[in-house]
Amino acid sequence: MEVKEKIKKTIQKHTENGHSVNGSTVINKRIPVLKTYKLYINGQFPRTESGRYYKLTNRDGKVIANICRGSRKDFRDAVVAARKAQEGWQKKSAFNKSQILYRIAETLETRKAQFAETLMLQGYEHQAAEQEVYASIDMLVYYAGWCDKYQQVFSSVNPVESSYFNFSFPEPMGVVAAIANQQSGLLSLITTIAPAIAGGNAIIVLAAEKYPLTAIDFTEVLNASDVPGGVVNILTGYSKELHTHFSSHMDVNAMMYCGNNADELKTIQTNAALNVKRVIAVKDIKEESPYRIMGLQEVKTTWHPVGI
Amino acid sequence: MAKQGTKKNVKLKFDTQWQYSAAPESPDHIILADKYDLFINGKFTSPQSKKYFDTINPAKETRIASVAEAGQADVDAAVSAARQAYNKVWSKMPARERGKYIYRIARLMQERARELAIIESMDGGKPIRESRDIDVPLAAAHFFYYAGWADKLDYALPGMKAEPMGVAGQIIPWNFPLLMAAWKIAPALACGNTVVLKPAETTPLTALKLAEIIRDADLPPGVVNIVTGAGATGAAIVNHAGIDKIAFTGSTDVGKIIQKALAGTSKKFTLELGGKAANIIFEDAAIDQAVEGIVNGIFFNQGHVCCAGSRLFVQESIANTLLRKLKDRMETLIVGDPLDKNTDIGAINSRDQLNKIKSLVKIGINEGGECYQSSCSLPSKGFWFRPTIFTNVAQSSKIVQEEIFGPVLAIQTFRTVEEAIEKANNTPYGLSGGVWTDKGSKVFKVTSKIKAGVLWANTFNKFDPTSPFGGYKESGSGREGGMHGLSAYLK
Repeated sequence: MEVKEKIKKTIQKHTENGHSVNGSTVINKRIPVLKTYKLYINGQFPRTESGRYYKLTNRDGKVIANICRGSRKDFRDAVVAARKAQEGWQKKSAFNKSQILYRIAETLETRKAQFAETLMLQGYEHQAAEQEVYASIDMLVYYAGWCDKYQQVFSSVNPVESSYFNFSFPEPMGVVAAIANQQSGLLSLITTIAPAIAGGNAIIVLAAEKYPLTAIDFTEVLNASDVPGGVVNILTGYSKELHTHFSSHMDVNAMMYCGNNADELKTIQTNAALNVKRVIAVKDIKEESPYRIMGLQEVKTTWHPVGI
Repeated sequence: MAKQGTKKNVKLKFDTQWQYSAAPESPDHIILADKYDLFINGKFTSPQSKKYFDTINPAKETRIASVAEAGQADVDAAVSAARQAYNKVWSKMPARERGKYIYRIARLMQERARELAIIESMDGGKPIRESRDIDVPLAAAHFFYYAGWADKLDYALPGMKAEPMGVAGQIIPWNFPLLMAAWKIAPALACGNTVVLKPAETTPLTALKLAEIIRDADLPPGVVNIVTGAGATGAAIVNHAGIDKIAFTGSTDVGKIIQKALAGTSKKFTLELGGKAANIIFEDAAIDQAVEGIVNGIFFNQGHVCCAGSRLFVQESIANTLLRKLKDRMETLIVGDPLDKNTDIGAINSRDQLNKIKSLVKIGINEGGECYQSSCSLPSKGFWFRPTIFTNVAQSSKIVQEEIFGPVLAIQTFRTVEEAIEKANNTPYGLSGGVWTDKGSKVFKVTSKIKAGVLWANTFNKFDPTSPFGGYKESGSGREGGMHGLSAYLK
């Protein structure tokens, strides 16, 4: 089926039938099953503990879903989950991590029509939606390839004067908190998640306020791709509310900010000083680079004695 | 032989049998001015602030010289000189020529090494053996190492075009005054940046001697500017709109203030902050070697070392033996005249620092820690503190959690490898760590699990220009030294 037409139909379904309470129109039609969109923490799909929600509307102002308005507590739960999962994820072999990232790309590829549809449902134009999904899949493949290579490119054996075998290599910082770009429904998630987990970190991402559906749909892709629970956690909610909590949490090692709000960035950078968090302001969400991975790595140097 | 069985009575006696003749380094060839100005735009310039402060010899409490205190207008002048030099000269010069200037600095430092070492010990209180054998040679080596990078930068960051950041503002501490100046200036210049550097207020002299060397090397005016002063001068650098990058080495508290101050600006920064390193001794370690390593880890440079091994973890089975040997070894440490070549531990850098150490030790005792100090004699004048160890401390003890920055060691025991790792990582810091064992695989297991930037196996406090240095977590961000140290000064 033509994707375009399928999307058209979906939008019709959601807007005309989905929430219609006009009994006369539904007699001979199948009533679609609506999905409850929840958070993704520790490999599970809890509702926000706060019980709060915000309404997501389509272009016509019609409500398409009630979205969890994630809270500080949700974030803190996610950090606990991420911290717990990180060590195991780091320990997985680079080859294994690479396969899992590639698996995410595979899973997403088979669902590309669904993701394009959902982006359009949230307001994307058809072409832009398709392009974003393709770019996201390709970016995942790109970082899948880096999993077992960046260490080689950025490590060194250092010719010290004394009798030691001295070497430096990158290690994951640990727990990364990220805020997606508000103009992007999928790529902005991938641009934070992929380099973070390719480098062995665990991450908590806040999805764009306007595009929560693709974010939560993407958690199902993660869940089906052998990504261990807690390695990637996705919240929905308000950046203006949560950025202070993300940046002031004392057990978060680094923060990625993809937004365009200079005030939010400044607050994040200010709070980051509380525990010397690293802050990465992502200006171009399309950029693909091993330096994205390295931005979330610490370089460890070991002096090992040579002799008997 | 049977008597040897009662090991508790075995004690080395050093007090009577071991007498050292004094072996002081003569400072008579040292030429020091009575008053030092700011080094701005290639010239020593009197401060517009019109203010001077004294730098003293902490071993004698005597004044050595007056040093200018740079105010806002002076920092402005230094930044504008650095900007001019960056725009007109340094960024335009072929990289190879830039490198040759840096080589010159390295060579001139080597030629004046003895003088630099003596002044370092006079101004900062560190033993001459250390400034002569470690600080000064390493500082010169640092310039030599980075000089060669100047025309090879594209190899350092694969896939990127190496570009300098612009003007770097650099603030350094008092524990390794000349070495820290080298760590900051050498890579910055090699990458094509120009520099405004502020040495610490208690140890400005070797940086000013370095300014003389830079002048004698005919470095283009304004490429390196050295402004002396205290916290206010540092703040003027951090907050200066004309600076593109801040590099700071110092306490975590001040590092956090700087990171906060830079929020919302486009300035890049690297921070080398405090530490509370774990030094872990396993039962299969060569024990006498480990004792030397413990001593070097905590008493090197009076313990004024951010990467000092200030938390000792000893495997329970060898704890008693090790402690006895450590106490014996401590008895042999000579505390005194920094200029004497026999001296192991010199003067505490300042009265303020001495008071800080004293107050933390007092807290340690009040919290129930068992304090042991060597019985060495101390000179009557000057700032001194005996080598000190604490046992019976908990993870939560203040002296286990906080950086003391003095010759004070907190000792704990452990049973399993996992316990050692867990305890070692139980700190907001992550600068360095040490592991002592005879087993290579154990070294790798433990070093890979400790969250710190520099790990030493069967050694401690080793440095090299090719070896990156820097912390995880609250010990700072970024690396200095080695190839990785270049990215701190490239876009």
